[in-house]
Amino acid sequence: MAVTISIKEKAFVQEGRKNTVLENIELSIAPGEFLTLIGPSGCGKSTLLKIIAGLDSEYDGSVEINGRSVTAPGIQQGFIFQEHRLFPWLTVEQNIAADLNLKDPKVKQKVDELIEIVRLKGSEKAYPRELSGGMSQRVAIARALLREPEVLLLDEPFGALDAFTRKHLQDVLLDIWRKKKTTMILVTHDIDESVYLGNELAILKAKPGKIHKLMPIHLAYPRNRTTPDFQAIRQRVLSEFEKTEDLEYAEGSGI
Amino acid sequence: MMKAEAAGSLPKTNAEAVRKKPGRKRYGWMKGLLLPAVIIAIWQVIGGLGVVSATVLPTPVTIVLTFKELILSGELFGHLQISIYRAALGFLLGAGLGLMIGILAGFSKRTELYLDPSLQMLRTVPHLAVTPLFILWFGFDEVSKILLIALGAFFPVYINTFNGIRGVDAKLFEVARVLEFKWHQQISKVILPAALPNILLGIRLSLGIAWLGLVVAELMGSSSGVGYMIMDARQFSQTNKVFAGIIIFAVVGKLTDSFVRLLERKLLKWRNSYEG
Repeated sequence: MAVTISIKEKAFVQEGRKNTVLENIELSIAPGEFLTLIGPSGCGKSTLLKIIAGLDSEYDGSVEINGRSVTAPGIQQGFIFQEHRLFPWLTVEQNIAADLNLKDPKVKQKVDELIEIVRLKGSEKAYPRELSGGMSQRVAIARALLREPEVLLLDEPFGALDAFTRKHLQDVLLDIWRKKKTTMILVTHDIDESVYLGNELAILKAKPGKIHKLMPIHLAYPRNRTTPDFQAIRQRVLSEFEKTEDLEYAEGSGI
Repeated sequence: MMKAEAAGSLPKTNAEAVRKKPGRKRYGWMKGLLLPAVIIAIWQVIGGLGVVSATVLPTPVTIVLTFKELILSGELFGHLQISIYRAALGFLLGAGLGLMIGILAGFSKRTELYLDPSLQMLRTVPHLAVTPLFILWFGFDEVSKILLIALGAFFPVYINTFNGIRGVDAKLFEVARVLEFKWHQQISKVILPAALPNILLGIRLSLGIAWLGLVVAELMGSSSGVGYMIMDARQFSQTNKVFAGIIIFAVVGKLTDSFVRLLERKLLKWRNSYEG
């Protein structure tokens, strides 16, 4: 499930002025890879993810998944939004099934399996209002996984959660990745998260959004944040990250 | 010492609150009966003392006896039947059209641009103003009455359905696109459930107006129905019968409203709202 991204330019026109958001993005993601995209706010990382998903098609370039170009959103590019975006009138299992029929034993079986995987057993009949933020996001993940996407795109999915829940969901995600071998692309502004999850890390810089550096992360899973190796990589990412900010100041308003 | 006391009293109040809750749920509706009961009692006493003449204000007991009479003679049942038939038919026609056109205009900007201005103009015309026109066009028979009721019942459903659809969170549409919902699934799985609270509100308001329209239609010229019964009684100064008619309207109106609220509770149990 290789994903090839080649974006020459993505720009918004605002009050007659062209505002370039992304420029010369060339990325190739191998099947089963876990890519984390990290960058300062406003660097266009969420825009990039929306382009990969097919939610944004007004750009110059192309996105291909397995050689098939992406022109519209679809279940092959599963998408997890920053907010859970569950349907409030459906229960957990109905939300996961969404347009599929729960009465179909095949669907029901897969839904049950996923509920097990995202650790929501016992909450199948609950409505979203009864769930915590972390639980809701797990339902959203299960909903995307039920469609067996070739690639799962995650847009700062754990940003709004507390530290404990975030850590827990990161482990859930890694667990799914190991079991399902789904290609993952996760956008975050949390350096710790990007190092903990990804086996490939892309650092973006802002104005216009470009890939500053691609870093493979050779650390065995499950990773431990307290080891010197982890901390060393984290330091390297942090120093690269700071370089992007220096660049921004240098190229910005002349400071 | 003070602190210890305060801490000691805390669990008690909690336990009280826990105990109170189911009771409040079970007997809450009885609170609504208190005010009418007091008013009726005072009314009976005043009437019994002979302060006010019976033609102006018959006592509650007289009204109950009138009810009994009307029921036993079958007169009430006949009037009520025809009234309910008119209100129901007019409501179904008006609310059905309102729902349909509301959905169409909600979905398509173009339909909205073509239809909405005219409909808003019609909406502001009072019922009574069109009544003579309807009589001229359709005569005094059932058609004019049902159409008059339908006219009133149309707008609340139309406006609320339209607003409900336009109020659907665009973020959920994005989800529907990502999950590859077919267009009919977008309607049945996203738009209608999201608009349902508004649609039900529209139906509730529309039922009320249908009932109002019925009275207008029956008072203006009719030979049957509860409205006619009231008009007829007025001519013979049978105030007790007028009261009976008014009470019938109130009771049936309340019953239909309760029915829609029951529907709301069943269909909207997913909602997380303040319950007072």
